[in-house]
Amino acid sequence: MSSLQSLDIAKRSATTTNPPQARKTIEVAKLIDVSSCIGCKACQVACMQWNDLRDEVGETHGTYDNPRDLTPQSWTVMRYSEVEVEKDKLEWLIRKDGCMHCEDPGCLKSCPAPGAIVKYTNGIVDFISEHCVGCGNCVTGCPFDVPRLSKVDNKAYKCSLCSDRVGVGLEPACAKACPTGAIRFGTKEDMLDYGAERVTDLKDRGYANAGVYDPQGVGGTHVVYVLQHADKPELYHGLPADPKISPWVSLWKGAAKPLAVAAMVGAAVAGFFHYMKVGPVETKDETDDKVDNKADA
Amino acid sequence: MATRYLRRYEDRDRMNHWLIALLFVLAGLSGLAFFHPSLYFFSGLFGGGVWTRILHPFFGVAMVLAFAVMFFRLWRENVFVPVDREWMAKSGDMLRGDKAALPPVGKYNAGQKGVFWLMSVCLAVLLITGVMFWQPWFANSFPILLRRIAVVLHAASAVALVLGVIMHVYAAIWVKGTVRAMTRGTVTEAWARQNHALWHREMTGKQ
Repeated sequence: MSSLQSLDIAKRSATTTNPPQARKTIEVAKLIDVSSCIGCKACQVACMQWNDLRDEVGETHGTYDNPRDLTPQSWTVMRYSEVEVEKDKLEWLIRKDGCMHCEDPGCLKSCPAPGAIVKYTNGIVDFISEHCVGCGNCVTGCPFDVPRLSKVDNKAYKCSLCSDRVGVGLEPACAKACPTGAIRFGTKEDMLDYGAERVTDLKDRGYANAGVYDPQGVGGTHVVYVLQHADKPELYHGLPADPKISPWVSLWKGAAKPLAVAAMVGAAVAGFFHYMKVGPVETKDETDDKVDNKADA
Repeated sequence: MATRYLRRYEDRDRMNHWLIALLFVLAGLSGLAFFHPSLYFFSGLFGGGVWTRILHPFFGVAMVLAFAVMFFRLWRENVFVPVDREWMAKSGDMLRGDKAALPPVGKYNAGQKGVFWLMSVCLAVLLITGVMFWQPWFANSFPILLRRIAVVLHAASAVALVLGVIMHVYAAIWVKGTVRAMTRGTVTEAWARQNHALWHREMTGKQ
């Protein structure tokens, strides 16, 4: 995507100055109610269709997961997990995987290319391909293992939460296509309210640990899940229980780098002033040479 | 009344040194472009961000290869010996402008040896960690956690290397008569006697 919403950028990768702040927008969120999902993959198809993406036809591996993983052409995939939370009670947990649109995005933090990753004021995290240098740092920065680097063009791709549609007042293609209402889209506040209602329903139906997944370790996300077993998010194809930007990424992108730049510049400046204060070390005993030279003559 | 010169480097060592220096500048500037946003403008020197990302690892590997040649030529002369400890202890006086207290040293003083080993270690770390997140060739063979650690170590050793090079270049400028060792391959006998007395004795047989 290219950024057509330059007034609505809240965070910009590798940028140390403030983005424009004149305009405020409401934060949005997509709510994925795993308990209402029937695994039909209409959302996957809608994503392909709206974004004009066509992944290669893969091979069957004996599961419903198709394709097997997120790719530069598949920005969302259904993850099917067969679990027995209670013995002899099989549950089929189907999670729509894709970018979580973190409030504090690890991809954006680790990106070295100015403006290649932006977070809009509505919370959507978007990759601006024209600025992407293809280093793959977003892949290592993401706590959810979402971005995929293309082998064809070395650009990173992921779900844009249909920022182009949302920007003109439409809902994301996946939410539009979902036949059961498992995918909802609206303000983050509304989505959390709706999620809380669903959690109450689920608890009434015996899912004592139902809950909304809006992990605070990344400042909350703009894609939130309703989970039947919110106490064990790992059941849902390894959804991390407490995702955080890795301390390695924080160390590398935090105070260390400005300090290191200061150290390098400081060393050069210190050398300059040392030279001016102490003066150069000159070779003093030239007379010895002269003596030698006389002897040679 | 000609000044007498001592040969300090063969031509091939000097050319090797300058090849390393050139590649250091290329790898350094292209790497610094990604180090901090304030330095991203360096990417303009290499044809933009994408080209900088493509070229940087090749500059780096070439630098390591060139340095490896120098390493095997020079490492024996850079092994620390007991007198280096005394030299280090007196190096503060030297920096304040008093070289009289320094013990006589051989071809390299403790500071030069330190820089040599610092560069050797940094380049080894840079090579190993750099391969681990080199897109698109090798990065995907390594788990993400390992790549996160590799990026940090890569950046840290790059900073250490740059600081080492700043010391190295400054010392060459500060101690007059040094640069010609790399531009001509020779130094004056007086320079050698003053700065590397044991090496001077070894080269000339004189006290």
